[in-house]
Amino acid sequence: MADDMTGGVPVATVARVGVTLTVNGADYRLDLDSRVTLLDALRDRLGMTGTKKGCDQGACGACTVMVDGKRVLSCLTLAAQCEGKDVTTIEGLAADGVLHAMQEAFVRHDAFQCGYCTSGQIMSAVCLLAEGRAGSDDAIRQFMSGNLCRCGAYGNIVAAIREVRDAGGHDA
Amino acid sequence: MDFLRPLTWAEALEMKAERPDATPIQGGTDVMVEINLDKGRPTALLDLAAVAELAEWTRDNGTVRLGAGVSYTRLIAELAGDLPGLAQASRTVGSPQIRNRGTVAGNLGAASPAGDSHPPLLATGAEVEAESVRGSRMIAITDFYRGVKRNALEPDELIRAVRIPVATGPQYFSKIGTRNAMVIAVSSFAIAFDGRRVGTGIGSAAPTPRRAPEAEAFLESALDWSGPLDADVARRFGELVRDAAAPIDDVRGTRDYRLHSLAVMARRTLTWAWEDHLRCA
Amino acid sequence: MGASVLRPDGALKVSGEFAYSSDLWLDGMLWGATLRSPHPSAWIRSIDIGPALAMPGVYAVLTHEDVPGEKFYGLENKDQPVLAIDQVRYQGEPVALVAADHPETARRAADAIVVTYGEREAVTDPRVALERRMLVRHQPVRVGSTFSADVVVTGEYEVGMQDQAFLGPESGLAVPAEDGGVDLYIATQWLHVDQGQVAPCLGLPPEKVRLTLAGVGGAFGAREDLSMQIHASMLALRTGKPVKMVYGREESFFGHVHRHPAWMRYEHGATLDGRLVYVKAEILLDGGAYTSSSPAVVGNAASLGVGPYEVDNVHIDAYGTFTNNPPCGAMRGFGAVQACYAYESQMDRLAAACGLTPVEIRIRNAVSQGSRLATGQVVDTPAPLAEMLRDLDAMPLPESVSRDLRDLPGGVGQTTHGDGVRRGVGYGVGIKNICFSEGFDDYSTARVRVELLGGEPHVLVHTAAAEVGQGLVIIQAQIARTELGIDHVTVAPADTQVGSSGSSSASRQSYVTGGAVKTACEAVRERIEKDGRPLEVILQDGPIEETREYRHRRTFPMDPVTGQGDSHTQLALCVHRAVVDVDVELGLVKVVELAAVQDVGKILNPLALEGQIHGGTAQGLGLALMEEIQVRDGKVLNPSFTDYLIPTILDMPPMQLKILENPDPNAPYGLRGAGEPPTLSSTPAIAAAVRNATGLPLSRVPIRPQDIALA
Repeated sequence: MADDMTGGVPVATVARVGVTLTVNGADYRLDLDSRVTLLDALRDRLGMTGTKKGCDQGACGACTVMVDGKRVLSCLTLAAQCEGKDVTTIEGLAADGVLHAMQEAFVRHDAFQCGYCTSGQIMSAVCLLAEGRAGSDDAIRQFMSGNLCRCGAYGNIVAAIREVRDAGGHDA
Repeated sequence: MDFLRPLTWAEALEMKAERPDATPIQGGTDVMVEINLDKGRPTALLDLAAVAELAEWTRDNGTVRLGAGVSYTRLIAELAGDLPGLAQASRTVGSPQIRNRGTVAGNLGAASPAGDSHPPLLATGAEVEAESVRGSRMIAITDFYRGVKRNALEPDELIRAVRIPVATGPQYFSKIGTRNAMVIAVSSFAIAFDGRRVGTGIGSAAPTPRRAPEAEAFLESALDWSGPLDADVARRFGELVRDAAAPIDDVRGTRDYRLHSLAVMARRTLTWAWEDHLRCA
Repeated sequence: MGASVLRPDGALKVSGEFAYSSDLWLDGMLWGATLRSPHPSAWIRSIDIGPALAMPGVYAVLTHEDVPGEKFYGLENKDQPVLAIDQVRYQGEPVALVAADHPETARRAADAIVVTYGEREAVTDPRVALERRMLVRHQPVRVGSTFSADVVVTGEYEVGMQDQAFLGPESGLAVPAEDGGVDLYIATQWLHVDQGQVAPCLGLPPEKVRLTLAGVGGAFGAREDLSMQIHASMLALRTGKPVKMVYGREESFFGHVHRHPAWMRYEHGATLDGRLVYVKAEILLDGGAYTSSSPAVVGNAASLGVGPYEVDNVHIDAYGTFTNNPPCGAMRGFGAVQACYAYESQMDRLAAACGLTPVEIRIRNAVSQGSRLATGQVVDTPAPLAEMLRDLDAMPLPESVSRDLRDLPGGVGQTTHGDGVRRGVGYGVGIKNICFSEGFDDYSTARVRVELLGGEPHVLVHTAAAEVGQGLVIIQAQIARTELGIDHVTVAPADTQVGSSGSSSASRQSYVTGGAVKTACEAVRERIEKDGRPLEVILQDGPIEETREYRHRRTFPMDPVTGQGDSHTQLALCVHRAVVDVDVELGLVKVVELAAVQDVGKILNPLALEGQIHGGTAQGLGLALMEEIQVRDGKVLNPSFTDYLIPTILDMPPMQLKILENPDPNAPYGLRGAGEPPTLSSTPAIAAAVRNATGLPLSRVPIRPQDIALA
């Protein structure tokens, strides 16, 4: 599917690499310019636009995804570095059309306004619980501090994470 | 841009020997910014992430050998007791996502004066283990930084590990940022007590990270190790640290503020370390 | 109505499926790129597009000569060239466009265009521009003649250039249509004003330029002016292919207007017991290279320049200048923010001079219903400022200094263990006009249709109003549900197939588009009631559809000499209390708590409303402590998110809120716009708290560490 979606090839291309990406459980074989970030591969090659581009330099968190269970910034990760790794994006959180508990909590607590940062916030929040770092509001704030929200929904983000923590048995 | 992906350290060294132009990449948190912003434009990348031996650390004879692939997150979780200053600095690096990928070796490779790990490495007298197909050598941290974003590595060399003495006394790291998270240092400072020697490291306040040798020497002569810290000694130490810096004005802060903040951070961290010292003594 | 109904777009936004403008994709589309001026002021001697055109994959390279219609556009004054003609007036001004089959090719081709500039003097100091009378507007306010008093305080204040810094950079997709027109999918705040500017420049009638709102990643004023709307359309029309343009973060800093930086001189005179006698003020706002919305911003600064206080003698001169700095225009708070910082700082000085508390001085001078503003306009709806201040003052204060690094100034940077940390408390009051002012024909249009779907009545609400995150889609549905008593309500995508809704700005959409939806629903209801049969039966004959325009009360221009006039239709108040811990030696600040009281007339949706207050407060915090586009000699020094800092979750403290509902009888349901007032008052409250902790005058925001540490 993927290759249909590209336009031309950039003029500055020097080398291409073959990469197999496992995204949300499915394998994709891609032939990529070696400089392509995981973010661009997801968005422009796989058509998975749920992961957002906000700053191009790892300073906003909108592009947060999970690689082998850890949250990373897909704008600072080369697609080619993800060969053989398990990538989970926002599109992979819901199971059979049922939202993940964190997604539901974000809706319930109105933990966003424009929603542009939300994919990254939710991926970060899901990892935060898995990391066991959501023990207090201070801890939630400290370990969510890599995800900017310009609409200022921070208070509601903390509330949503707290609720999932308390309900889900994740974390301490 | 060619993409080289060694699976072993030996392979990595061979590739680097063949392609000395290749930029090593580990977590990518420095290199990728340059690529995304279309600066630098490396002709080749040498991806070290798959080299398993780099992702290990060992402790031997009072020294931690920190593999070039150990992330800040792991350093904080696993080495905060052995390397408290470096762990404190690591906590201030970027964001949780950055800390999951970024490494101390990457910080050394980039050699930005603002890198957070430099001051504690300087304060503890760390050594950089550089290796090439020609062999391995240890570079004293004070010899490693050669200019703005320049280091002492030869074109065919890679960082294998960083060797940092296990803490024998109190260590502190302090960093000024203009918001409370995810911020590049305006200035930073590290202090490390080792027996009756005091090490220092200054960040973001000169073309390279640097020590404050006169401040260190002053403390060695002026400190009374059995008693409380003389306020004048602490203040004088701060001034000497300040005098060791050569900062500039830029968008993140002014020269004068950087100087002032170093004096304050040096005085405060010395005070905290002294309290710990007295408590332990 | 009044319930915390959840966002209908919420599930899409949390699952990554909501399509923002940057997510749009069409097979065979091209990518556009913009070449921008590196100089703040220069003649263009020549442009050679040859090298770019010769690159493989490049489909078009356009300059001003290729603009098919009018060469200039603008919100209030068509003075901005679509592409620079013979000269550039600010760094980042668009000079040429490229369409190519890959975004990187487009960017490299843009770099390959050879432009020869002849640099010339750049006027970058607005005080020089004022001397030379390079003015976009001068608005005086003159009331009374007593300009002496027992207590006089003066101050000079400065506000840095703030950026809206929405997280979703500018982007859009232009698709050439068979009729020779263009379909534009765009993240904007106001579809029709875009259409009205784009069509003439393309040389097309408006109906051939059809706009549909694409998902908006935040706006805050920055999407009120055009960015790439005309550019993408030109490229699409020229190449006959869909063209997508997406700005990166750096380009975004050059791709939209900013909040006007301000230089202000105030003099307040009062009686010994702290009652205002007079206010004199000079407010200088730098509008940069083009007009944008500067005239209206200057108008707000003038008309609201003394704040919500009763004062009989006023002498204000508000100026907007033209310079070679980045153009400035709309940002949340719109001209009222800068003045608010200054007049609130003055009120604190006055309190100190009179030996009163900050709360008491404000209560003594507070407006209330029946008060006369500086413009002569009488506040004819509830304005319980004194009560709000008392409520705020009665809120409990947070606990004393914590020792957790995360709660201390400097955070995990560990610059203090409590050393040098002092607590401060400060207050701020703001008054903001809601809706467009000064005689603007401000209206919204709504089409409401009721039909049977699957045997059940459904409502379709169609407006052109832009959902930018504020929750307008919820409000529209809530209103339709309330008015028609029908559960199934869908809000159609916003586009130009229905009349204008005006801008998603000035805190106006709940009021004006809410009013339009309400009115259209009432018209539908009237038809149903007149018919008399049960709804399901009526609808079997076909759908019922009504379209209505809604206008708020008329407003009037300000007199150009005296500033007098009923220029605003509604005024809203917010008060903040800030508690901060300041490391007085290092100049680092931790905001410990923010408390706010706001009167919103009527709560439509508590959850969405609180979100607006939190968000406005956070942006005010940013202006107080960290946000500034640093411009030197007309050049932006920090166009990135590593150097233009906005508050993180660790910077934004918990909030206590109290929301009052004193209805405005002129507004639908009695509501008052809510999004902007908190942006005004949080900045001076935080600045006052930092002054309280440090004892320093701190007459500039953002307050930088060196302003405290080296004072």
